[in-house]
Amino acid sequence: MQTTTSWRSFRMAAWLGWLIESNWTDPFLFAVYSIVKPLSGAAILVIMYGIISGGNFNTPLFPYIYLGNAFYIYVGAVMTGVSWAVVDDREHYKTLKYMYIAPIYIPVYLLGRGVARFITGSIAVFITIIAGVLFLKVPLHFEEINWGLFFVTLILGVVMLALLGLLLAGITLTVARHEGFIGEATAGALYIFSGAVFPLDVLPAWIRPIGYFMPTTYWLELLRRSLVGNVAQAFPTLANFSNMELLGILLGLSIFFGVVSIWVFRWCDARARELGLIDRTTNY
Amino acid sequence: MEAVSKKYSRKDTGWRLFLKTIIARAYPRIIGQQREVSWLVFDVVMPMLAVIAYVLVYRALEAPEEYIGFVVMGGAMTAFWMNILWSMSSQLYWEKEQGNLALYIMAPNSMMAILLGMALGGMLATAMRAIAVTLLGSFMFGVTYEVTSYLQLFSVFMLAMIALYGMGMMMASAFLLFGREAWHMANLAQEPIFLASGFYFPIKSLPFWVAAGASIIPLTLGMDAMRQLIFSSGFQFGFMTVRLEIILLAVMSVVFVVTAKYLLAYIEKIAVREGRVTESRR
Repeated sequence: MQTTTSWRSFRMAAWLGWLIESNWTDPFLFAVYSIVKPLSGAAILVIMYGIISGGNFNTPLFPYIYLGNAFYIYVGAVMTGVSWAVVDDREHYKTLKYMYIAPIYIPVYLLGRGVARFITGSIAVFITIIAGVLFLKVPLHFEEINWGLFFVTLILGVVMLALLGLLLAGITLTVARHEGFIGEATAGALYIFSGAVFPLDVLPAWIRPIGYFMPTTYWLELLRRSLVGNVAQAFPTLANFSNMELLGILLGLSIFFGVVSIWVFRWCDARARELGLIDRTTNY
Repeated sequence: MEAVSKKYSRKDTGWRLFLKTIIARAYPRIIGQQREVSWLVFDVVMPMLAVIAYVLVYRALEAPEEYIGFVVMGGAMTAFWMNILWSMSSQLYWEKEQGNLALYIMAPNSMMAILLGMALGGMLATAMRAIAVTLLGSFMFGVTYEVTSYLQLFSVFMLAMIALYGMGMMMASAFLLFGREAWHMANLAQEPIFLASGFYFPIKSLPFWVAAGASIIPLTLGMDAMRQLIFSSGFQFGFMTVRLEIILLAVMSVVFVVTAKYLLAYIEKIAVREGRVTESRR
């Protein structure tokens, strides 16, 4: 596949995705819609924390929960952004069959469709963190942030999530019903197993290995460490690992899951073509 | 000749037609939905994921055990709110997308009966899912209950359901006018309502006027009253007295169902006049 075809597929898919995501209403309502949901999710945790701690937001656990929840917005946004394109195009707009016969590269097209949600997700993450710093004393000091580690981790994580999205898109292609739930269920499960809003030690010991196998666990830990340094290292779960060790584990797991995702997508794609599932609509 | 003159079917009218429409519309929700076992799994698993996450947050915070029970109960009640959003409010929008709405309106039955059937069926089917979440959550996290008054508990639950589904019927009328934005609007009404209605914490923790404003959603008062009635220390977390909450829920039940009737007639007229009944803006 030529680079120009891949780039064109990605660029047009990103633009198409953006239009689908945003042009159902005026920009103001769209902005409100994009911000209110994640802020409400964060506010639930803030209130839960506030009730139990008696309003003491100066413990290490608060930034752990708050930042983990904020960056977790990317997991839902990027991963389901990619996989939902299959549901949208096949069931809703009934255009997936046309996409398949168009001169585009389908995996790249699906990845491009996730860009719109990545953008809205980024805005939501940014606003959530700013709200935390301004109103809830999340200890974020710009001069102390490890920007290099932050951006390397963020980019690596977003690529990893997009590839996981491709894996889900492949499975979605082969599933007639419930395809809409696949992304949500996966994101919901990762929320628990990645220690997004509580240290992994809170999980029963026999479940913890699942968390250690998830790249999102290390991704969230590195993002916290890059932003609030020692505060994030206060928890014993990954305290024995240095930043570079965590980055190495994240890179290794990302490559592993990336290869698996591409392989699964190819297999599912071939099976969907063989069984005539590309243009199947169920109205389910 | 005899065949031509013979009545080929009994034609129901009036209350008989109204009741039959309710039963017919409730049927696929009560019976049909149970045939799709995988739906049941997803409907239980999705709220359970949220319940597990929030329970573990409370555990990490070393919160008192009552809060674990609050989360399990809130998680079970999310099933009703999701049902209201996606299977009541958005239902007429889905029907429009699939081309059934025009048939509904053309048919000689009452739209109100269709909405009531949807509500009745949705309520019963969702109750099964809510019970499953409650049992599973209680078993997993060892939640214990101490009911102080079964009569009040039954009254609160029934009134909360009537008011909630009355609200759903009102929202269904409004969604009739929506196009593509219907999906987004339903999506938007999840987390903010979970927050405002105190699904995972006592509503009393919110500022008074915020809690009072959120009380327009029947589940807010319903959950607050039920928490007071089923947990031994529940009374200290109550926003209002149970008696007052029962009265407010009774008022809401009447207001919402009656308003839904008039709103439906009015919006149906607008939708027909503006040609939005068959319009599908993807």
